[in-house]
Amino acid sequence: MKIIIPVDEKSLISNVCVSFGRTPYFLVYDTETKKSIFIDNTGAATSGSAGIRAAQIVVDNKIDSLITSRLGGNAANVLKSAEIRIYKSIEGSAKDNIDTFIEGKLSLLEEIHEGFHGQRGN
Amino acid sequence: MKDFMDREVTNMKIAVLSGKGGTGKTLVSVNLATAAKKSAYIDCDVEEPNGYLFFKPEGAIEEEVSVKIPKVDDKLCNGCRKCINFCKYNALAYIKDKVIVFDEICHSCGGCNLVCPENAITVKEKVIGRIQKAISDQVTIHTGILNIGEVSGIPIIKKLFSDKEVEANKLIIIDSPPGSACNVMESIKNADYCILVAEPTLFGVYNLNMVHELVKLFNKPFGVVLNKCMESENPAELFCVEKDINILARIPFDTYLGKLNSQAEIAVKKNKRYRDMFSSLLDKIIKEVQHEATTHPQR
Repeated sequence: MKIIIPVDEKSLISNVCVSFGRTPYFLVYDTETKKSIFIDNTGAATSGSAGIRAAQIVVDNKIDSLITSRLGGNAANVLKSAEIRIYKSIEGSAKDNIDTFIEGKLSLLEEIHEGFHGQRGN
Repeated sequence: MKDFMDREVTNMKIAVLSGKGGTGKTLVSVNLATAAKKSAYIDCDVEEPNGYLFFKPEGAIEEEVSVKIPKVDDKLCNGCRKCINFCKYNALAYIKDKVIVFDEICHSCGGCNLVCPENAITVKEKVIGRIQKAISDQVTIHTGILNIGEVSGIPIIKKLFSDKEVEANKLIIIDSPPGSACNVMESIKNADYCILVAEPTLFGVYNLNMVHELVKLFNKPFGVVLNKCMESENPAELFCVEKDINILARIPFDTYLGKLNSQAEIAVKKNKRYRDMFSSLLDKIIKEVQHEATTHPQR
C-alpha cells in the first residue's frame, strides 16, 4: 500500500506541510517494501487551484491513502473520484504519521475547507 | 442649472472608483448621472449592484450573460493530457481515464479546445449572470449582476459596455466595483476620467493609495472627491496634498445626506445645495477632460 504525505523538507523527520496544494514536496511511502521516495510538487507555484494539480500528482502515483493536515473541496473531489482515502495528520514528523497510520490509529479527515479561491487576485 | 446637452461634449466616460467599499462611489455616481440629466449610468459593481435602487426604474430589459466552458467527449479522448498540462488555472484533472472539468475554476480561455489533438473538447454555454437596462427620467441605467459563486465578473462588465446604446450616450457614468483588481481595471480601461472617492480614515487612505497607483498605471486623468468630511484633520486630504492630487470636491459628513442616501433618494433631486455641488463637480470634470483632450491627445 502506498501512502503520500505533503512535507516541508525531503526528509522522514520533516513536518507535515500545512498546505496540501502548495507543499514543496510529497513523501511517498510503500508499506510493503518500506521504501520512501520524495517527489516535487510541480503545481506548488501555479497561480490558482494548486490543490487540483497536487491531487492529480497523488492520483498519478497510484496512491492508496493521503495523510494531510488540511484539504480543499476541489482537491477532495479529485481524490474521492479516484477512491483515495484521506487521513488527518497528527502533530509530529512524517515518520510519526507513518507509524501511527500503520498502527491503524489515524482518523479520516472529515473537515474539508472551501479552498482559498479568488482570495489571491482579488 | 445649465443643461448638459448645451456643453457640446461627445461621449465622455467618467469612472467613479475607490479602493474601499462604502466610501461613496454609488452616491457620487448616481448624483452625477442625475445632475447631467441625460446620461447613462453603468453599475459595474456586479457582485452587489445597488445603483438601480436609487433610480427606481420600471420595466427593465434583461439579458443573460454566459461564458464558454469545455465539454469533453470521453469516447474521443485518448488520454494524452495536453489539455490538463495546458490549463494554467488547473481547471482540469484526469482521473480514472476521464477528464474532469471544474466549471467554476475555468476562465473560458478556450485553450484546451485548441490543444486537443482528438477534437474531443467542445464548448458549452454556462450562464454566470445577467445585465439589465432600464430608463428613469433621462438616465439610462445599465446594471450587471453576477450570480453568487461565480469567479469572475469580467464577462458581465464586457457585456455592459458592448451595448451600442451605451456608446451612443453623450455622458457615461461608470460606477466601479470596490478594490483595485481585475473587475475595476475592466471597468475603467476605456474611461476618459477617473474620480477617486476617499473617506477620512487611515484605512481609507491605504485603499486610496492603491487606486491612485492603478489610475497612474492606466495613465488616466483623475481627481479626488473627499467624502464624509469633518472639522477634524482629514488623512485623505493630507495624502492628496502630499501627492499633489487635484481635489475636485468635498462632501460634508452630513446626517441629512446620509439619511437621504439610506432611503435610496438621490440628493440632487431633493436638495439645492447638493444639486449645485454635483453640477459644479460635473462641470469641473468636463472641463478637465476637455483640457486633457487638447493637452494629451494621445490618451
